[in-house]
Amino acid sequence: MTVLDHRDQADPDLVPGWLPGATAPRTDPAPLLPDAEPLRVLGTPAADKADPGLLRELYRRLVAGRRYNQQATTLTKQGRLAVYPASTGQEACQIAAALALREDDWLFPSYRDTLAVVARGVDPLQALTLLRGNAHTGYDPRATRTAPLCTPLATQVPHAVGLAHAARLAGDDTVALALLGDGGTSEGDFHEGLNFAAVLHAPVVFLVQNNGYAISVPLTRQSAAPTLAHKAVGYGMPGRLVDGNDAAAVHQVLTEAVERARNGGGPTLVEALTYRVEAHTNADDATRYRQADEVAAWQAHDPIRLLADALRERDLLDDQLVAEAAEEAEALAARMRAEFHADPDLDPMSLFAHVYAEPTQQLREQAAQLAAELAAEAEVHTR
Amino acid sequence: MTTVTREQHGLRTGTMAQALNTALRDAMRADASVHVLGEDVGALGGVFRITDGLTAEFGADRCLDTPLAEAGILGTAVGMAMYGLRPVVEMQFDAFAYPALEQLFSHVAKMRNRTAGKLPLPITVRVPYGGGIGGVEHHSDASEAYYAHTPGLHVVTPATVADAYGLLRESIASDDPVVFLEPKRLYWGKSEWDPAAGVEPIGKAVLRRPGTSAVLISYGPSLPVCLEAAEAAKAEGWDLAVLDLRSLVPFDEATACEVVRSLGRAVVVHEATGFGGAGAEIAARLTEKCFHHLAAPVLRVTGFDIPYPPPMLEHHHLPGVDRILDAVARLQWEE
Repeated sequence: MTVLDHRDQADPDLVPGWLPGATAPRTDPAPLLPDAEPLRVLGTPAADKADPGLLRELYRRLVAGRRYNQQATTLTKQGRLAVYPASTGQEACQIAAALALREDDWLFPSYRDTLAVVARGVDPLQALTLLRGNAHTGYDPRATRTAPLCTPLATQVPHAVGLAHAARLAGDDTVALALLGDGGTSEGDFHEGLNFAAVLHAPVVFLVQNNGYAISVPLTRQSAAPTLAHKAVGYGMPGRLVDGNDAAAVHQVLTEAVERARNGGGPTLVEALTYRVEAHTNADDATRYRQADEVAAWQAHDPIRLLADALRERDLLDDQLVAEAAEEAEALAARMRAEFHADPDLDPMSLFAHVYAEPTQQLREQAAQLAAELAAEAEVHTR
Repeated sequence: MTTVTREQHGLRTGTMAQALNTALRDAMRADASVHVLGEDVGALGGVFRITDGLTAEFGADRCLDTPLAEAGILGTAVGMAMYGLRPVVEMQFDAFAYPALEQLFSHVAKMRNRTAGKLPLPITVRVPYGGGIGGVEHHSDASEAYYAHTPGLHVVTPATVADAYGLLRESIASDDPVVFLEPKRLYWGKSEWDPAAGVEPIGKAVLRRPGTSAVLISYGPSLPVCLEAAEAAKAEGWDLAVLDLRSLVPFDEATACEVVRSLGRAVVVHEATGFGGAGAEIAARLTEKCFHHLAAPVLRVTGFDIPYPPPMLEHHHLPGVDRILDAVARLQWEE
């Protein structure tokens, strides 16, 4: 095997970020062995061949997802959600990826991936309890085969590997899909998870939604790799690069990777190129670290617009679908407003319910203390 | 008249290392969902041979040699447990477990709570811990306080061969995550034990030696030192009781308080550094709950507040008989 050393050419400042409309997706300062090169499907006309039913479903869900992002952000401004990391602009990545899974597959989302969680069938309101602040996880991970939204970056990656490994040992053809961002690829757990996955030949797929920024830090300060998909090569697994704003392309690449894992082909790393149109969260100010024209370029490459164009080209987008999708989205937003404008039912005594299978003596005493405090408070209120 | 051998009674003589190995083997035989994973646990049988023979008997999938990455090992175990397995993770040494602390603190300890009880993680993390074996740096940390400070974890540490077997079996069977701290310097001590006899459950402290003057409260690697000190104390006219906590979480406050109230004098002994250590918590609780029964403040004998020393100096750091007896002498006997 020839090992090519191109380290002298690698200057992180010179690796350009990929922008929509660029003729070449990205320059490649470190050519890889031919059979190891990540497959690029940027610009692949996946939508031309995709099932019309799938495209129409993606359209509906993307429109609803966009509205969900908008409504959740509004609710933070009204103090009704504690925080919301919007995925506006990333709807195609999340929804198309989740739809590539079978019902008995598992999803391991990170905190920005509520739309993927909803696409798994989790109730849209239950998916938000973490961000509303009334419960860490509002849904049953086992029943929905959707792990809790994971906040510590990339720590969910080895979980997906372990679950996929256990499924393979059990003889099940279940696949695990881990979602993370470009910043997460710098974490040690990303490295350890991918290495374990390749060594164990686990049926797992890793989707990096490269949205350009880890809060304020651009990708060029995160990695000097020619693409994040190239990282797959070092682990001995295929890497795939896909336009994350092209829902049909994301669905195609993820479906291939998931089926490959299901059929014993082992793990795949997919990098989806997308953009975080909004700030990191409602508490962030993105104007401090990025230019408006960059945002505008990506807004011109909007996932819903791309999908609508593809649908129109195939004569699949009629007024009825547009109206129905808008109606569904508005109904969802109305449900969110109704639910979240009411105060949630909170049970302070639930604090002690699930620390251990059985509370320790010390926890029982502390629960009694809180119960006494609550009783005293109630007495003051009734007086 | 036929003679019944000790073996027929179920008694056997063995080391703590052998008892732990037997516990793993018996747990894996009893429950196919028990999987062992870690570094060098396969053909080698672990650097301390605790997993000796498990791959040969159960196969490489049940006793898995993993890549060298502790966060990856524990994170993978989390996913395995989510799918219904009962992983037993071996961390090679106390200080080598630190890369896995984020997985332990943020996920293993919290998953039951984060999911309102829907996703408990029955993971046992075995950690050979503590000094006194002549290990060079990073091989001798007494790391129990880090674990005991984290809600959601049980923290168990045996001091006898019988407890090593019984507590490890119970830890593996527990639906909660358990950090199982194995005192390295007790691995090779032999004693007679009966695997079928059973031991007190996790969370129950055991009086290893009754006494009338004062009680030494300890656990794991320092327990034999306390028994030795109690023996030596007889010459000074003190009849010392020795209480083995066996687990820091749950902490058997009821038994500890009962003994302290009856004797009025107590010294907590552990080799971990003292500041913010388990002894501080225990001494504070005993003082809060037993104040009017105390004839003297609850004292602590611990390692110094220093990074673990080089092996040729470690005997100055580890609490020994003399330091324990010095503390006993300070329990205000004249007043």
